[in-house]
Amino acid sequence: MNRWKVVGLTAAISFLLIVSAGAQNFPTGPIAYMNPFNPGGEVDIAARAMQPYLEKAFAQPFVINYLPGAGGALCWSKLAAAKPDGYTIGGFSIPHIILQPIFMKDVAYKSDDFVIFSIVEYTPIGLAVKKDSPVNTFKEFVEYTKANPGKINCGGVGKFTGHHFATLQYMKLSGAKVNYVTFQGTSEVQTALLGGHIDAAFTNSTLLVTSRDQIKVLAVGSPQRMSQLKDIPTFEELGFKMYPRIARGAMGPKAIPKDIQKVIEKAFLDTTSQPDFKVKMEKAGFVPQVMGIAESHKFLEAEAVTIKQLAKDFDLK
Amino acid sequence: MDLWNHILLGVQVCLDPLNLLFCFIGVVMGTLVGVLPGLGPTAAIAILLPNTFHVSPVTAIIMLAGIYYGAMYGGSTTSILVNIPGEASSVITCLDGYQMARKGRAGAALGIAAFGSFIAGTIAVLGLMLVAPPLAKFALAFGPPEYFSLMLLGIAILIYLAAGSILKALIMAVFGLLIGTIGMDSISATQRLTCGLLELCDGVGLIPAIMGLFGVAEVIANVEQEIKREFVTTRVRNLLPTLQDWKDSIWPMIRGGFLGFFIGILPGPAPVISAFTSYAIEKKLSKHPEKFGTGMIEGVAGPEAANNAATGGAFIPLFTLGIPSNSVIAVLLGAFMIHGIQPGPMLIANHPDLFWGTIISMYIGNAMLLVLNLPLIGIWVQVLKVPYPILFPLILLFCLVGVFSLNYSKVEVSLMIGFGVFGYLARKFQFEMAPLVLALVIGPMMESKLRLSLVISHGSPLIFVEKPISALFLLISLALLISPMISKIGKRRQKLQKIVEGEEV
Repeated sequence: MNRWKVVGLTAAISFLLIVSAGAQNFPTGPIAYMNPFNPGGEVDIAARAMQPYLEKAFAQPFVINYLPGAGGALCWSKLAAAKPDGYTIGGFSIPHIILQPIFMKDVAYKSDDFVIFSIVEYTPIGLAVKKDSPVNTFKEFVEYTKANPGKINCGGVGKFTGHHFATLQYMKLSGAKVNYVTFQGTSEVQTALLGGHIDAAFTNSTLLVTSRDQIKVLAVGSPQRMSQLKDIPTFEELGFKMYPRIARGAMGPKAIPKDIQKVIEKAFLDTTSQPDFKVKMEKAGFVPQVMGIAESHKFLEAEAVTIKQLAKDFDLK
Repeated sequence: MDLWNHILLGVQVCLDPLNLLFCFIGVVMGTLVGVLPGLGPTAAIAILLPNTFHVSPVTAIIMLAGIYYGAMYGGSTTSILVNIPGEASSVITCLDGYQMARKGRAGAALGIAAFGSFIAGTIAVLGLMLVAPPLAKFALAFGPPEYFSLMLLGIAILIYLAAGSILKALIMAVFGLLIGTIGMDSISATQRLTCGLLELCDGVGLIPAIMGLFGVAEVIANVEQEIKREFVTTRVRNLLPTLQDWKDSIWPMIRGGFLGFFIGILPGPAPVISAFTSYAIEKKLSKHPEKFGTGMIEGVAGPEAANNAATGGAFIPLFTLGIPSNSVIAVLLGAFMIHGIQPGPMLIANHPDLFWGTIISMYIGNAMLLVLNLPLIGIWVQVLKVPYPILFPLILLFCLVGVFSLNYSKVEVSLMIGFGVFGYLARKFQFEMAPLVLALVIGPMMESKLRLSLVISHGSPLIFVEKPISALFLLISLALLISPMISKIGKRRQKLQKIVEGEEV
């Protein structure tokens, strides 16, 4: 009997040790990061910028894989069903992960299927008009759109995306009606705006910063003025309480054990608080963030409330 | 002269041993990737991107650019040898290139493809050097209406590709357009014909379609024909093109080079469009259009030159405006940003060493590719001597692995096999594949531009004729469509049809 007790005790202690060692030794192999969009996009740029720091933090390779499709829905559906051991994580965009489960069919995930480790950056969405536009300030734009309901062409990427909702928010707060023109990528919006084929666009700050001299940037949706666009007022300053933006970062399936979550969170926080990382992101037109799990989820919930309200206001299906 | 100083700067940058090494690695990787079906330059660039973090941005861009135009060189090899395009842009090369190979002239075809690509690459680089900024403005003038009209012109040109019955070509083209509608609608994001499969949300992939229609179907067709030994036993004479070949090809190459360069500036799938436009033009200008599709060297020289030149043209919007013309350039753009370089109009002014260094590296890269590819022709041709029972299962394996490695999607592999069976059946009834593939490429773009134009014009179709460039393309399309009805050309067409229908496939 005694021998069995010893065996049992040893087994119990080893089991406990292994379980805790699991978290302590994480990661013991490469971490796979699923990019829901094509190479070269904003998620990719952020991921690549983080890669060297993350590899140091994890002491393991940080492998970036691409799984584009359905505007990100393909990757996120797969990520929600992935093994929750912390070795498979992925990028995300807010508001996409909120909007897609509501408006797209056959999407196999919900925004609360995930634990968000960190929001790494966001690109505020701002308003720009074409170079030879008759308006020069935001106020003039508001009057112009009110005087020509439904005639002003405002470009953006996709339906049920951050750009679309920024346009809706603008219409709600101003009472004007613009014609939303759907493009399939930021570069298409860029070409159309630079070529004067559309009148205006609600678009990412990265585009506003890059094409600064070829368009007129009227306003930007960050809470404070962006350092890269010091002379551009925010929507808030102009009396429009809207903060449209696309936030990106890393997330994983919800069921990842809490201690492993913490390890991953710490790696991202260490990376995003590096000063040279921040500088790189700012130069490219992003607003870098340092947010952990709790803050990120709070952000997600706040955005979800705004967006669901907008969807109701505009009776979107 | 300022230009001379710039060139000297570029040469200085290029002759740095590290840059030369990375250029070499880039073009070799590019060729490899172009030869392998499925894997494309986008994937190769994305995979190699992390390795460039430890070197300067100039070195990184030189290598990554090398991969891009290297892939165009490589893509023609499998098209000519085994009728399987390595890249979408090499589909056209299959038409005459493979026929040349069947007649024992694979060496000449490969040689002309290599030389044509080199000459075109040089034209493109010259163009880049001399006219980059004004041309960029030209690209901007193309809005959705202009694109739609251009795509419509492309469909009209498709008719000229048809060696045989126009009706059959049109049927395949319409089928291609239909397949192109599968997926999420570009304007309202509704899912069409996706049967609940998320994988089909972005439409039927081009690679599974091409691999299936050309690769798998070819294997099945050949297996059925019980392996014609005569192909293998024909001694491959003339590994290099003859003087006659050169005389025939030089003008198509030059025309293709210029054409490809200008089309390359426009955002979109430029290499594909320039290749088949070049083919159509060469066929129209030729004294023997009926021979196209049976192994005319002009049908290889022109398109190959065009698709290489298009890669050069695609760099213009990147360097001058910071706009990516296609997915490969988008990755390059991302690489710029990761290396801390701000893309946009100020790029050339702020980073002259980057711009001029890359341009001169393209000359050197093109030369390296020529030197690399010519001796390899002898080796590639040996591949043809591999007995079919071994060769074809290998090809099938490459196709399966290639498609699966893209997105790890079983749906895509099933699609490929489905296309393969369809392609085999279509061949039996003498339907051509090329119109279907090209419609698949053009169709989605045409539809999205059409609807975008109508949204912008608030529903008025007059926008297509109000815009001058758009109106011009529409006029040319109309002319092309009407021309068969004019008796002189109509008779020629009928003659051509009779000749082709009479032959066995």
